[in-house]
Amino acid sequence: MNTAERNIGDVLIVGGGISGIQASLDLANSGFRVFLVDKSPALGGKMSQLDKTFPTNDCSMCIESPKFIECARNPNIEIITYTEVERVDGEAGDFKVTLTKKPRYISEEKCTGCNICVDYCPVKIKDPFNQNLSENKAVHIYFSQAVPLVTYVDPETCLYLKEGKCQICVGACKTNAIDLHQKPETMVVEVGAIILSPGYETFNPKLRGDFGYGQMKNVVTSLDFERILCATGPYEGEILRPSDGKHPHKIAWIQCVGSRQVNEGGNNYCSAVCCAYSQKQVILAKDHDADLKATIFHNDVRAYGKDFERFHQRAERLSDVRFIRSYVTVGREIESTNNVTIRYSTFEDGVKEEEFDMVVLSVGLNPPKDVEQLAQRIGIELTDQKFCKNNPYNPIETSRKGIFVSGAFQGPLDIPESVVTASGAGALCGQLLSYRRHRLERERVYPPEKDVSQEELKIGVVVCYCGANIGRVVNIPEVIEYAATLPNVAWAGENLFACSTENAKQISDAIVEKGLNRVVLAACTPRTHEPLFRDTCREAGLNQYYFEFANIREHCSWVHSREKEAATEKAKEIVRMSVARAAHLEPLQEFQLPVDHTGLVVGGGVAGMTVALNMAEQGFEVYLIEKDDDLGGMARRLHYTLEGMDVQSYLKDLVKKVYRHPQVHVWTDATITDVSGYVGNFVTKVVSQGRVREVKHGVAVIATGAQEYKPTEYLYGENENVLTQLELEGEIVAGADRVKNAQSVVMIQCVGCRQADRNYCSRVCCSQAIKNAHKLKEMNPEMEIQVLFRDMRTYGLKETYYRQASEKNVKFIRYEADTKPVVAANGNGFTVTVPDPVLGQMMELEADLVVLAAAVIPAPSSADAGKFFKVSNNPDGFFQEAHVKLRPVDFAADGVFLAGTAHYPKHLTETISQAFGAAGRAVGILSKETVTASGAVCDVTESDCVSCGACITACKYGAISFHDTPKGKKARVEPILCKGDGLCNAKCPTGAIYLKHYTDDEIFAQIDAALPDRKAAD
Amino acid sequence: MCTGRVDLAFIARAFAKGADGVFIGGCWPGECHYVTEGNLDVLKNVHIAKKVLEQIGINPDRLRLEWISASEGMRYAEVMNDFGKRLKELGPLGKGEGIEEHSLKIRLEAVTKLVPYLKLVERERLRMRFDTEDAYSEFFAGPEVKKLFDDLVVNKLMVSQITLLLREKPLSTGEIAESLGLNASEVSRHLKSSTMHGLIRFDEGLKRYALP
Repeated sequence: MNTAERNIGDVLIVGGGISGIQASLDLANSGFRVFLVDKSPALGGKMSQLDKTFPTNDCSMCIESPKFIECARNPNIEIITYTEVERVDGEAGDFKVTLTKKPRYISEEKCTGCNICVDYCPVKIKDPFNQNLSENKAVHIYFSQAVPLVTYVDPETCLYLKEGKCQICVGACKTNAIDLHQKPETMVVEVGAIILSPGYETFNPKLRGDFGYGQMKNVVTSLDFERILCATGPYEGEILRPSDGKHPHKIAWIQCVGSRQVNEGGNNYCSAVCCAYSQKQVILAKDHDADLKATIFHNDVRAYGKDFERFHQRAERLSDVRFIRSYVTVGREIESTNNVTIRYSTFEDGVKEEEFDMVVLSVGLNPPKDVEQLAQRIGIELTDQKFCKNNPYNPIETSRKGIFVSGAFQGPLDIPESVVTASGAGALCGQLLSYRRHRLERERVYPPEKDVSQEELKIGVVVCYCGANIGRVVNIPEVIEYAATLPNVAWAGENLFACSTENAKQISDAIVEKGLNRVVLAACTPRTHEPLFRDTCREAGLNQYYFEFANIREHCSWVHSREKEAATEKAKEIVRMSVARAAHLEPLQEFQLPVDHTGLVVGGGVAGMTVALNMAEQGFEVYLIEKDDDLGGMARRLHYTLEGMDVQSYLKDLVKKVYRHPQVHVWTDATITDVSGYVGNFVTKVVSQGRVREVKHGVAVIATGAQEYKPTEYLYGENENVLTQLELEGEIVAGADRVKNAQSVVMIQCVGCRQADRNYCSRVCCSQAIKNAHKLKEMNPEMEIQVLFRDMRTYGLKETYYRQASEKNVKFIRYEADTKPVVAANGNGFTVTVPDPVLGQMMELEADLVVLAAAVIPAPSSADAGKFFKVSNNPDGFFQEAHVKLRPVDFAADGVFLAGTAHYPKHLTETISQAFGAAGRAVGILSKETVTASGAVCDVTESDCVSCGACITACKYGAISFHDTPKGKKARVEPILCKGDGLCNAKCPTGAIYLKHYTDDEIFAQIDAALPDRKAAD
Repeated sequence: MCTGRVDLAFIARAFAKGADGVFIGGCWPGECHYVTEGNLDVLKNVHIAKKVLEQIGINPDRLRLEWISASEGMRYAEVMNDFGKRLKELGPLGKGEGIEEHSLKIRLEAVTKLVPYLKLVERERLRMRFDTEDAYSEFFAGPEVKKLFDDLVVNKLMVSQITLLLREKPLSTGEIAESLGLNASEVSRHLKSSTMHGLIRFDEGLKRYALP
């Protein structure tokens, strides 16, 4: 390919954190060629620095790093690191972007990532990846799993670049990769669209010396603490104090550092993620040291996300964990111990000063560094708060056409939202560039698969250190030595991080060079890493089902960290079991299934309509089915948003576009009666307006919405002057007299949720109350408005409106879950009694109207849709996504996606973002000619089948049926319907039906290897 | 693969190989990652397996099923430590029950051989779903299942053990009863009916039962 071709692509993505990575993968997998640019030396962004992710406590790097390699291996993604955008010329569809690649002083083509130069470099520097808490060298690799896995030289500290002295590294490098005379390089790329995903910076408390940070050694930021918690961090996962390297026994977390402040140098918004990440850090720290005493000094606890409420409760219920609602000041550092004192006050005890071994500052999220320069170079506008200014009706669009924004540059977002908006940005690029889809696309080419079925077994065993994660506990050389003695093992070796690009390549090289025909990797979990290593086998021409994972991390080193010898023995046993199983593995073929390029969208609210319209604009036929007689859903009852969006005119426009789009077919009054088929080939029967219709489709997006809870409390339904927030909104717009004439309004929050039977926060109600309070104050500035709340959860940028309401003299009174307000009718109005948290006595409030923030509850139609599409709901009745963090709009069932409030309560703009996200994911399938189905499905040995039908009744997917053979009826499996659960196997009396890749022989081999000759062991 | 894939044969194999305990971990009911709720299938199988273990004199506590989701690491550790503790109390398999090694081997082999039959019994007579775990426990502790086992399983299991014993050498009623830890009159009843069915014969010369 010549240079000119190399510089032509479809989309440029600026920022290679999780959001940019997701956008790249989505676009590259739906027929576009992508440039992924990052200013850091490696992909990963902030997520790569985190230890674990809330609320599931998945290992952050472990779920992110496979995506680095996925990007690196994708022929349609060109990764350009250490590079910044200089300028953007042209217009949507035809941008010319000038990029400047900073000198790494290393040739990326020549560097093998061997680290020899790092060993030789005499200059020690603070390691930026570890938040300057440990040392590295002036030349180093950004982090072990870095993509690209090449070193870079820090020009600030390199002796040669600074003073012209020392070139030791140049001599040490065996591949002549070091070039200390490298200059910045300019390149111009041509693309049709741009996605900005530059992420965020954490608030720097050093600038103002907040809470002694920078002066007191044992005051660290939450990001510092992430590194401290992490096994690859400065202390190899031990929680130690920076001052003396000792274990702290008493740690305080201070919330809202840099956030929710109007003073100079602070941020006036809420950073949206700190409450949950601090709870996570508490849970993890308690995991490290069960006797640790943890104290969290907080303002409102904003557990507004899916499963956050339960996560908060989990942290709260741990022993020796205190949540204290108080502003704090840091007292002093005690000289002899470097302990830190904190002053705080509570209603019960007044002002207190308490000593802590360590203090963690929960720092907020700032816009990216040099954001103004970035905005100016790209030609986009910023908000007052220096985030990207977006279209209020579509938060993914920037002020410049053809340039989109995803991730935390929109404002503080968590990881799933960053992922959703990335997929959404992909969908909008797809809409803009649908005419050029597949034009620049390149196929991934694997070497031909070798037939090894006639060869003798040659099992290769690779044992991974996982940095210190495994290596610190398990004696790896001993495990390798042992593995080499096991039957059929031809070779055993080690890896520092098997999941790094270089080491993955070592594995594929070993397969080729040593002629291995089965591979056992003793490392981490197949849940996150199996696809990566299966792919590695394919790269080496080996059938991917010849790969076997032995989990010696989660199942061994992480849980037996204090019993090193026993852990090493257990690791050997696990390896022995895997080697035994590997000997029985069979090569399996995956299926290529044709894809019907039609989409089905269930639910005609804003989410469903947005999905349908985007898919249609991307060039696909869409059927949109709605149970009511018209489109619009819940949005029909919304009139304005907190940010001032005119919902009804937006809705009217959207509905019109949907009805008029030639590729969108709307069926109203429609109910689904049957769904059959599978990804790429669904058949759905729908009864619409009395007619039974059938639609064939490749994907389905479920957007069945939610509804408002009908309260049974606070006289609702008995007294007409008790309304819900939605009802109030309708009356405000209608100009109802009782609203106009009201002198006093009491709003009660958390009605019907955050309680035992609905243990979640409805997310939208606090903002809803604030928005209505503003409207009422506009109508009548004298109106007395009192909001009775538990925690005000105006997260992120919504905080501003909360503060403004307070400035307009809206009163906020906190109540606790066990002392709910009492509403009594009093003449034409009400008396509302609520305990006064400050004075500790009962307060009586007079009100003309009582307004209830009624919970958002799942729509009944969600349960039906769930049943038909075989997707699951969480305990609260909302849909359960495939992975909370990284697959937030996918279902575990292939080809089915979700959008809108059926997933969880959310604001309208969030629904719109998520709908684009779902459309983007769905088009990933629709744009393909075929999809791949797993080879690990059931099959029948007909000669063993006794036609008892036990398997047929066991299968919930309807994948097994009888068919006639010369020897009578025999069971037969439709492989594309089989999901591989294997229930039928356990029912079959003769073992005729077997689940490939998990056969009886494979499992018996593991059991036998687990329990070798008991007598010898005794 | 689902917990419901755990075959009675896997459990039998592990005990036959000398495992002192078998632990099965599954997803919580209502949190199925498929749509199949196969965890309820394994729950039923565990009930069946425990009854069979009891029948051959092995403490059913050696088999444990627990629901543990992927995010419940702490709970998993607690459960495993507790199970480990319980197994230490029970002692090594067989020894703890006072079953001598050869007899233990015969008993477990009999169970292994019976697995296909147990699956048929499950299909014909036990293919039901309950909503709660308690309902399963109640059902399996109830008279209906007891009768079912007495009628369909106990006899087969005993005959299976007897034939395995006789495969080695002819034995008297007393010898068989002692080896299997059963009372002689019960064994005698099974020997008679098995002789009638032609599964075994009484060798008049040796005055012992033998295989035909």
